[in-house]
Amino acid sequence: MDTLTDDEVKRLEAKALAIRETIVEMLTAAKSGHLAGPLGMADIFTALYFRVLHHDPKNPALPERDRLILSNGHIVPVRYAAMAHAGYFPVEECLTLRKFGSRLQGHPEREKMPGMETTSGPLGSGLSQAAGYAYAARMDGKTFRVFCAMSDGEQQEGNTWEGAMFAGKYRLTNLVGIMDRNNIQIDGDTEDIMPLEPLADKYRAFNWHVIEVDGHNIPQFVAACDEAKSIREKPTLILAHTTPGKGIPTIENDYRWHGNPPGKGPTDKIPADKQKEVFLSELKAHAV
Amino acid sequence: MIRPDAKLAANIFEKPATASTREGFGKGVVEAGTADERVVVLTADLAESTQAHHFQKAFPERFIQMGVAEQNLATVAAGMANYGKIPFFTSYATFSPGRNWEQIRTTIGINNLSVVVCGMHAGVSVGPDGATHQALEDMALMRVLPHFTVISACDSEEGRKATIAAAKLGSPVYMRWGRDKTPVMTTPESPFEIGKANVLWSPEGKSPQAAIFATGHLVHNALLAARELAGTGVEVSVTNVHTIKPLDKETILREARAAGCVVSVEEHQIAGGLGGAIAELLAQESPLPMEFIGMHDQFGQSGEPKELVEHYGMGVSHIIEAVKKVSARKG
Repeated sequence: MDTLTDDEVKRLEAKALAIRETIVEMLTAAKSGHLAGPLGMADIFTALYFRVLHHDPKNPALPERDRLILSNGHIVPVRYAAMAHAGYFPVEECLTLRKFGSRLQGHPEREKMPGMETTSGPLGSGLSQAAGYAYAARMDGKTFRVFCAMSDGEQQEGNTWEGAMFAGKYRLTNLVGIMDRNNIQIDGDTEDIMPLEPLADKYRAFNWHVIEVDGHNIPQFVAACDEAKSIREKPTLILAHTTPGKGIPTIENDYRWHGNPPGKGPTDKIPADKQKEVFLSELKAHAV
Repeated sequence: MIRPDAKLAANIFEKPATASTREGFGKGVVEAGTADERVVVLTADLAESTQAHHFQKAFPERFIQMGVAEQNLATVAAGMANYGKIPFFTSYATFSPGRNWEQIRTTIGINNLSVVVCGMHAGVSVGPDGATHQALEDMALMRVLPHFTVISACDSEEGRKATIAAAKLGSPVYMRWGRDKTPVMTTPESPFEIGKANVLWSPEGKSPQAAIFATGHLVHNALLAARELAGTGVEVSVTNVHTIKPLDKETILREARAAGCVVSVEEHQIAGGLGGAIAELLAQESPLPMEFIGMHDQFGQSGEPKELVEHYGMGVSHIIEAVKKVSARKG
């Protein structure tokens, strides 16, 4: 059992705060992009890059690295920020997000950024790619794991369920899906736009092992990744309940912040020119 | 006359051997799999009709049955190629790349992965299945994607060679295949190189009056037309353009300029396919009169392959008419 000490938890939570601050900075500089999703997944990406994944920031092509496929490419700022803080590239480069000539494309591109395992943005195709990767690796007796981070909204895509069916059929035990269950999508709440529940039962019906966690509880998430290792006949889905905009109470759970950066979001609570400062101070004040 | 350097089979006019181009895929992919153990084949519930079953039999551990799920077919293949495999995936072209085009674009094209997309049942010569199963837009869909090579073999033997070559290319490939048994014109000795068009017919000691560029099994109709025209004293050249992208600009411009006018022949919408590609080239490099043999903005229907090819204006007589018409337009 992968048990974290209190000191390690504190260290990871401090990293998560730094990653959230970078997300606010980089999206403000980019003047476009998604804020709520990246903030909601900051704890999980911190856990992945600083605890769970076997990887080497100085050697992104490490053959035996664990693979992390990001399916919902629009939350890539959290991945860029986590990679930068982990040492893949300088944190300052995060400020080039979405700018001409940058490696940090608005939606991630494999060919541009070492360590970015695939290109994504159009929803619903990551789980199948991760499953194909896991299948191919198993053919060759490889022991690394393939993780696939995906959103709840993209569970509305048929391709996602085709991938889930495939992974269940072929018992891809080396595949771990991580679903960001934050209940919002661009046009509103998922259960209003196109209801998804019961998600855990659906995946179980597709022959997956499902673990539900609080996506902001790092020890819980790390334990779930550990539990997935012991499931020998099914792929595992970690169904992570998260709060979109986590860390900034003013915007938490407000779907209007799904697709806006600081300075461009709703102004009914905070004027546009104050959003960045207010968000950064809220992050600090509310950090655990 | 048939050019000796094309090394075509004997009797291709009187008594040609016949086989579907997809049969060439079935053979070629087993050879590719024998040569390179990274080759894997995925199919969406169409193992036999896409001829993938030959590979399934030879290498069961490298064959993956995907069920009826073309989007998953493309994206699982992308994941396997991302790992390091060389996947071929097969379905009918109306479904793949028809249904899964965006997945192909993003996960194979932008990722620039070594995946071979095989679209079977191309053209109206699919026959009785009708319009839903007759792919007439697939070359257009795939020709516009950066990184992709697009191949349309003229017969089974060329298809076999093209399959082996595609496995070695190291970048995304689209290959279209026909269902019906059609004449096998080429031989193991016939030259084949991706991106290099082959001139099959040239006038003896005279300039051609028109240059015919054909792709797929209709190359045979183009040769029949050339022979009939030669009997009436009208000389043409016939070039087999098996690679639609990248286009062999050098050969096409040389043959087009020598003739002064052009006829394209394909079992595909005239928009966006071989004719479109050649017209784009000529417009930039050497504007010349051109006629297009192919589907003129229509869907197909049920029927026998030969009667459909005739009905939609892709028969030998139509090619002859097009040659006469385009020759008359020369200034």
